[in-house]
Amino acid sequence: MPEPIFRLDNVKKRYGHTEALKGVTFELAEGDFMSVFGPNGAGKSTLLKILSTLTKPSEGDIFFKGTPIKKMKDDFRRHFGVISHQPFLYENLSAFENLVFYGRLYGLKDVPARADFLLKRVELLARKHDRVRAFSRGMLQRLSIARALMHDPDIILLDEPYTGLDQHASLVLTGILKEQFSLKKTIVMVTHNLPRGYELASRIVVVKGGKFTLDSKKEEIPEKEFEEIYMQAVS
Amino acid sequence: MSKEKILDAALIILVPFGLYMAFIYAPVAKSLGPNQKIFYFHVASAWISFFAFFVTFCTSILYLMKDDFSFDDIAESSAEIGLLFCTIVLTTGPVWGKAAWGAWWTWDPRLTTTAILWFIYVGYIMLRKFIDEDSKRARFAAAVGIIGFIDVPIVFFSIRIWKNTIHPNVVQKGGGGLHPMMLHAMFVALLIFTLLYFSLLIKRVRLARARRRFAALERAS
Amino acid sequence: MGYFNTVFCIFRKDILEEFKSKEVVNSMLVFSLLVVVVFSFIFEPGSDMKNEVVGGILWMSFVFAGLLGLNKSMMTEVQGGNLQALLLSPVDPSSIFFGKVLSNFTFMAMVEIITIPIFTVLYNVNVFAGGALTASVFFLGTYGFAVLGTLFSLISVNTRTREVMLPLLLLPILVPVILASVQSLNIFVLGHDHALAYPWLKILLIFDIIFTAVVFAVFDFIVEE
Repeated sequence: MPEPIFRLDNVKKRYGHTEALKGVTFELAEGDFMSVFGPNGAGKSTLLKILSTLTKPSEGDIFFKGTPIKKMKDDFRRHFGVISHQPFLYENLSAFENLVFYGRLYGLKDVPARADFLLKRVELLARKHDRVRAFSRGMLQRLSIARALMHDPDIILLDEPYTGLDQHASLVLTGILKEQFSLKKTIVMVTHNLPRGYELASRIVVVKGGKFTLDSKKEEIPEKEFEEIYMQAVS
Repeated sequence: MSKEKILDAALIILVPFGLYMAFIYAPVAKSLGPNQKIFYFHVASAWISFFAFFVTFCTSILYLMKDDFSFDDIAESSAEIGLLFCTIVLTTGPVWGKAAWGAWWTWDPRLTTTAILWFIYVGYIMLRKFIDEDSKRARFAAAVGIIGFIDVPIVFFSIRIWKNTIHPNVVQKGGGGLHPMMLHAMFVALLIFTLLYFSLLIKRVRLARARRRFAALERAS
Repeated sequence: MGYFNTVFCIFRKDILEEFKSKEVVNSMLVFSLLVVVVFSFIFEPGSDMKNEVVGGILWMSFVFAGLLGLNKSMMTEVQGGNLQALLLSPVDPSSIFFGKVLSNFTFMAMVEIITIPIFTVLYNVNVFAGGALTASVFFLGTYGFAVLGTLFSLISVNTRTREVMLPLLLLPILVPVILASVQSLNIFVLGHDHALAYPWLKILLIFDIIFTAVVFAVFDFIVEE
């Protein structure tokens, strides 16, 4: 059996006396699409921050393909693409310039071509040279998806990407996620959007009070049953 | 009896003893008269404020290394106590200066450095009040605690160069010609102030921990 | 990607952003010229006393303008969460920091290059009497300002009060830089022996080296959540 992409071993995260994660253990296989649900303050965002290495766990170990994350060099972060509800874009630069900047920061080759390709993919090619400042929320989100995919990451981490999206952006995002999933990319998505999260996922997780209260393959849990469990967790 | 209680009890006895040493045991200075008595409190406060900021410096480094909030609590508490004693230095200094040199304030390197030190740690404490998130507050405050302390000797030397090149160094403060009995009183004062520092630190750290727990409970509910 | 490539990449982005928006340098420049003019009311026009204070006025104009620019330049990283995106990229966090230092240094230098000639005309003094020594003072002083200024602006924009904290934190710590820069300029303007400026240059150099090393050592810890 190949090493899982992520293996978390009793990972805890404390902020002072507040425990955001109370011992989380799981493995994430290559090509998994994990949707993470849960009430506000359950520890979903903390989990995502820990996976993306923005935050170190207070206790417990994280292994990336069998190697402890602690021992990884800075360069290993190129495996991740992060899409958050924040756009991660410079508003004084044009769409193209933003993508080119991030492409260079990642040390990519053929940056302008890659930027054009992705702008086309998120249907923003016509607005390529417009300043991001003038973009609508939906356009910002589409560009931010392109930004996260510039370096073609193996692992895509999404923090409530559907929040505040318009119809168009939502369709583009869903299309891209389906495509990335079919390309065997590993995806972790924190979301409040039940139908969308359920539809896309191969694995469903519910977090409450810093612990996993549900962790199941999608086939093993019908949507109705999942919704009931979710409602219980939220109430 | 807890260690803290022993410390407090010792201070109850030692503080009057220190006052005795300063005001009765030590002789009255020839030129300055009773004014010189403030020297014992001034120097001891200066020592404590410097020592307290040093503790903040060390615990700030430890916090960044170990990511343990108990170091942050000590750093914060020690900086507050340091600032208190620094304020005492800055008020007793001019009193001494007026008697010794006829001016409240001379831009003497020690006095000026202390004033800058005071501003650095006022900034440190204000910064702490203006950040809500625990870990952010601790990390940024640690940066200021480290950089501020390293800056102090550079400030001191730059002010000394300034005084030497621009204005002749007319006044030389110092304990060069101290009477032995004055020295005894001085050492007793230093010892008592150091114990007082630790007693205050223990209490202040406990308060910081209680606050942190309280905030956690508030968030949980 | 190499460390210096990252530094340059950030720098290039900042310059491009500034080129398009002209938000930072323009506001800094106007402010610095304003300080130069307003401070001239301190003394009688043409009095000899001016030679003893012009160094101070020039540096105060840079310091105040710098405070304004630092906040502005760091805000672009905090708005929209850009700093987080930078930290997620596969580069050493301190290289991001020194990229920002290089940008801020350049913004300050641009303001200085325009302000100094105007200042020279208005006050009729030659700050460049020290030649290469004067240039070193400006270089080392501005770098010292940029390196700690960038760090403290990052801290400051993360507080509830945003820009208020920056001068309160930065000015006391910059006392050696301000004192050294002002005093050595005075030496040149007053025509004193230039050798008197060496101790000041030494202080600037020590300050710059120490704080570059300190920030390099602690930056990773400070930004990691």
